[in-house]
Amino acid sequence: MSDVERLLQLGDDALIAAQRFAEWHASSPEMEEDVALANIALDQLGAARLLLSYAGESLGKDEDTLAYQRDDRDFRNCLLVELPNGDFAVTMAKLLFLSAYQLPLYTALAAGPDERLAAIAAKTRKESAYHLDHGSQWTIRLGDGTEESHRRMQDAVDQVWPYTHELTAGEVSRADWLAIVEPVLDEATLVRPADDGWAPTGGRSGVHTEHLSYLLAEMQVLHRAYPGAKW
Amino acid sequence: MVTPRQAAAAVVDPELRVLTIEELGILRDVRVDGERVTVTITPTYTGCPAMDVIRADVQAAVRAAGYRDVAVETVFAPAWTTDWISDSGRAKLAAAGIAPPHRAGPVRLSLTVRCPRCGSPDTEQLSRFGSTACKALWRCRACAEPFDHVKAL
Repeated sequence: MSDVERLLQLGDDALIAAQRFAEWHASSPEMEEDVALANIALDQLGAARLLLSYAGESLGKDEDTLAYQRDDRDFRNCLLVELPNGDFAVTMAKLLFLSAYQLPLYTALAAGPDERLAAIAAKTRKESAYHLDHGSQWTIRLGDGTEESHRRMQDAVDQVWPYTHELTAGEVSRADWLAIVEPVLDEATLVRPADDGWAPTGGRSGVHTEHLSYLLAEMQVLHRAYPGAKW
Repeated sequence: MVTPRQAAAAVVDPELRVLTIEELGILRDVRVDGERVTVTITPTYTGCPAMDVIRADVQAAVRAAGYRDVAVETVFAPAWTTDWISDSGRAKLAAAGIAPPHRAGPVRLSLTVRCPRCGSPDTEQLSRFGSTACKALWRCRACAEPFDHVKAL
């Protein structure tokens, strides 16, 4: 994997995750969660801006061009981040699984040979640790909660689980990722889904679900209608 | 005569307006090369939306002190930590009703946050996120006052 390809993967994960988390803004189940998910979206957006700006230097494009003028096939994010938010439990499952991937990845990159990427990763890993904590707490609260919250949290984990194989196909090993996720599922009294061979992939090579196209249509429409628009 | 360092250090943070950027610990360096002043800052959180305003405020403040050629650079390493908030900064936060962060010790402990209004340690977290990226929302069980707490990072 080339350096710029890696930056696009990291940056696109963060950008698309930011867009999805931000969809909860003003429609969360409680006000505190509204603030929480908006803040998490903001952290992801901050990371995306740094990573895509860096990637863009090799490509002769700025962060806005990369975010707003690429088509779906050019995006390198994992499928997990583009999946619809579903109910709150699905969003928390996605948050848990994503941050359990981003945290060890950023931690490794913070000690890597690319100084600029290491500086970004040293910053973002602190934020990922907080996201992981948040996703874990909700997974435990809902899983070990009422009968209904348990059922819905288990459904959410089952639904998102197949997409986590794509996360651990690269620099983060399945074992390292499970070492973070399994204790949370245990404490939440949730059952770890069986690995039945269904492991959709393709995001890293630009083959996405249809959900990404709809997300991009909304995210890019203003910039495409008014190129160079500024607040 | 105000030095470029003094001018930049006096800029207040737009979201924690009781603090200067120096007290917050995000002013990293002020360098003078001939006519050129280069101010280096670092963000608290990567997505902090106040950074553009801070850059503009630093530019304006150093220019107003008589230096025309001003550049503001952003660095990410070493990463900002709440330990860089100065003692005077912590006191000002508390006086403004914002509970300052704990200092990171050798062991990570869950310490209680004291109410900035009545000083009671009997407080609870309402929300792990608050009005800005750097804060969480807490409430005092003793005096019932809700308050912001700068999260230790």
